[in-house]
Amino acid sequence: MTISKIWVFVEATDAKVATSSLELLTAARATGATVEAIVAGDGAALATELGSYGATKVYATGDLGGALLGVPVASAIAALAAAGDPAQLILLAQSYDGRDVAGRLSAKLNATVLTNAIGFTVEGDSVTTEHAVFGGAKTMKATFTSAGPHILLVRPKSFAAEASGGAPASVEALAVGDVGATGTAKIVERHVEQHSGPSLDEASVVVSGGRGLGEAAKYEMVEDLAKLLKGAPGASRAIVDAGWVPYSYQVGQTGKTVKPDVYIAVGISGATQHMVGMKGAKTIIAINKDKEAPIFGIADLGIVGDVHKVLPKLIEALRAHT
Amino acid sequence: MSMSMNVAVCVKQIPDPATPGSLNPADNTLVRQGKLILDDSDAYGVEMALRLVEAAGGGEVTLVSMAPNSEQSGLRTGLAMGAHKAILVSDPALKGSDALTTAKVLAAAIKRVNPDLVIAATESTDGYTGTTPVQIAELLGLPSVTFAKKVTVTGTDVAVERQTEAGYDDVSVPLPALITVTAGVVEVRYPSFKGIMAAKGKPLEELTAADLGITDPVGWAGAGQQITGVVDAEARQHGEVIEDDGEAHGRIVAFLEQLKVI
Ligand SMILES: Cc1cc2nc3c(=O)[nH]c(=O)nc-3n(C[C@H](O)[C@H](O)[C@H](O)COP(=O)(O)OP(=O)(O)OC[C@H]3O[C@@H](n4cnc5c(N)ncnc54)[C@H](O)[C@@H]3O)c2cc1C
Ligand SMILES: Nc1ncnc2c1ncn2[C@@H]1O[C@H](COP(=O)(O)O)[C@@H](O)[C@H]1O
Repeated sequence: MTISKIWVFVEATDAKVATSSLELLTAARATGATVEAIVAGDGAALATELGSYGATKVYATGDLGGALLGVPVASAIAALAAAGDPAQLILLAQSYDGRDVAGRLSAKLNATVLTNAIGFTVEGDSVTTEHAVFGGAKTMKATFTSAGPHILLVRPKSFAAEASGGAPASVEALAVGDVGATGTAKIVERHVEQHSGPSLDEASVVVSGGRGLGEAAKYEMVEDLAKLLKGAPGASRAIVDAGWVPYSYQVGQTGKTVKPDVYIAVGISGATQHMVGMKGAKTIIAINKDKEAPIFGIADLGIVGDVHKVLPKLIEALRAHT
Repeated sequence: MSMSMNVAVCVKQIPDPATPGSLNPADNTLVRQGKLILDDSDAYGVEMALRLVEAAGGGEVTLVSMAPNSEQSGLRTGLAMGAHKAILVSDPALKGSDALTTAKVLAAAIKRVNPDLVIAATESTDGYTGTTPVQIAELLGLPSVTFAKKVTVTGTDVAVERQTEAGYDDVSVPLPALITVTAGVVEVRYPSFKGIMAAKGKPLEELTAADLGITDPVGWAGAGQQITGVVDAEARQHGEVIEDDGEAHGRIVAFLEQLKVI
C-alpha cells in the first residue's frame, strides 16, 4: 500500500497559521500524496490559506472550550481513522501541542511515533525519516516497521514553506467524542509575553547570549546589538535555566531551531545541544574568550576576546555607522 | 487540614551525558559504558514530588524506572533525596523498546501504586522523544499537563503554569493526573549524607515485563521502528578566528558590511 494520503495537524493562533504547519503541508505535498489538514478550532477561516499550501480538505474540531489540545485532537483523529480510509502518514510539528497530540494518538492507535525528524522521504509504502544526532554532526535514518498509520513529529524549520497556489480547501466538521476524565485539563488564562522587533523564528539576524555574559544585567548588550541589526535576541539554555531570560528565547535541541542569515553567538561555548539549533544559519559569528571553544569550529568569523570589551565597542561602532 | 498525597515519579537512568556517546557500527545503537546515573531532567520531578508530599502533610513518593541490567544507581540517588520507595523494571526482553513500549511498561508499574499524581520530565536527556509521559497518561486514562514551569496543588486540583510558544498558560486539572515538568521548575536539593545512608535500606522492588502482566510484544520485537543508517551530516567549515587586540569590533563591522546586513 503506497502512502497516498497524509494528514497534517495544523496549528494556528487567531486565524494565523503557524509557519511550522505550512512547512509540513509543503513537505507533504511534495510526496505527491493527497494532503488533508486537521485543525483544532475553526476551519473556515483557514481554508483559503491551507488550500494554497496544498491541502484539499480541512477537518476542523470547532471550539474546544479551553481544553488543552492533546486529548480532543488525538481522539478526533483516532475516530476519523477508525471511520475508514485513514491517512497512512500523520505529520505534526515538534511543538508543545504537537507532541501532546502525537503521544496521545500513538497510544490510542497503538502506533509508533517517530520524533525530532529533520527530514523524511516517501517511497511506495515506506517512510524514511532523518534525525540529527551528535549535535547535527551525523544524520540518523530510520523507517517505520509497524503497520501504521505512521505518526511523525518534525522539528520546525526542517523544510521551507512554499505556497502552491491551490484552490481553497473544503471544510468538514470533525467530531471529538467523549474523552472522559482524560480531557479535564483546562486553560484558565493565557499570558502572552510582549516583544518588539522580529520574532526569533523569523528574524534574519539573531544575536544570542550565553553564560559568558557573566550576569543577567549584561544581557542588555545582546538586546542592544540585536536591535541595532534589526534582529531578535536569543539565548543558550544555561542563561534560560538561570532565569536571566524567558524560555521562549532558547535556541537549541530543547529550544528553537533558527536559520537566520547571520547568527552572532556571544559568550556561548557551543555545546552540541546548542549548535543543533543554529548551525543552519547562513553565517555565524562567535565571540568567546576561550580559543578552544567548540563554537569556533563552525563560526565563519571567530573573535577570541572578552565580551565585556568587544560588545560595548561594537555597539558604539554600529550606533555611529551610517 | 492535612491530607495525604501519593506521587509516582518516572525517573530515567542514563549514561553520563558528560561522556560523549558513540555508535556501535554493527547495529547503530548507542554504546553504553559505565554505570547509569539519574537523568538531571528527572531530578526536578523528584524534587517537585517531595515538596508536594511535604506540603500535603503526608503520603509517599514512589520512583518508577525501566532500565537494563538491574541498574539501580539513579534510583538510589532519588531515594537519597528523600523518595520513599522505588520500582525498577529490568528485563533482557525489554532491550530495544521504543517509546510506546516503554510507556506500556511504566504505566503498568505505576498502576501498582495507584498514585494521585504522576510526574515525569518534559523530555529525557538521552532519548528526548518527549512523548513517553503523554503515552503513559493515555494508557492510564489520566488527563495530562505538559511543560509545567510552576505547579501548586490545592485540594483536589493541580494548578500549572504551562510553557507556551508565546508565554505561558494557567492550566487547571483535577487529580488524579500526570504532569511533565521543565528544568528549573524547582531548585533541586543535594542528597545529604544521612539521606544517602538511608537510601540503602529503602524498598526497591524489581520486576520483569511478565511480572507486570504485559502481553504485547516488547523490546526489539515490539518496536515499530528501525534505524537504517547513520551518515555524516554536511560538515560546516569554519572561517577565520582572530584574537581581539582591542580592534576586533571593527572586523565584525566590516564583515557585517560585506554581508550587507548594515
Ligand atoms: C537534554 C539537554 C538539552 C539541552 N538543550 C539545550 C538547548 O536547547 N540549548 C542550549 O543552548 N543548551 C542546551 N543544553 C545545554 C548545553 O549542554 C550547554 O550546557 C549550554 O548550551 C551551555 O550554555 P553556555 O554556552 O551559555 O554556557 P557555558 O557552556 O558555560 O559557556 C560559557 C562560555 O562563555 C565563555 N566566556 C566566559 N566568560 C567570557 C567573557 N568574559 N567573554 C567571552 N566569553 C566568555 C566561556 O569561555 C564559555 O565558552 C541542553 C543540555 C541537555 C543535557
Ligand atoms: N526508561 C524510563 N524509565 C523511567 N522513566 C522514563 C523512561 N523513559 C522515559 N521516562 C520518563 O519520560 C520522560 C520523557 O522521556 P522521553 O520520552 O524519552 O523524552 C523522562 O524524562 C522520564 O520522566
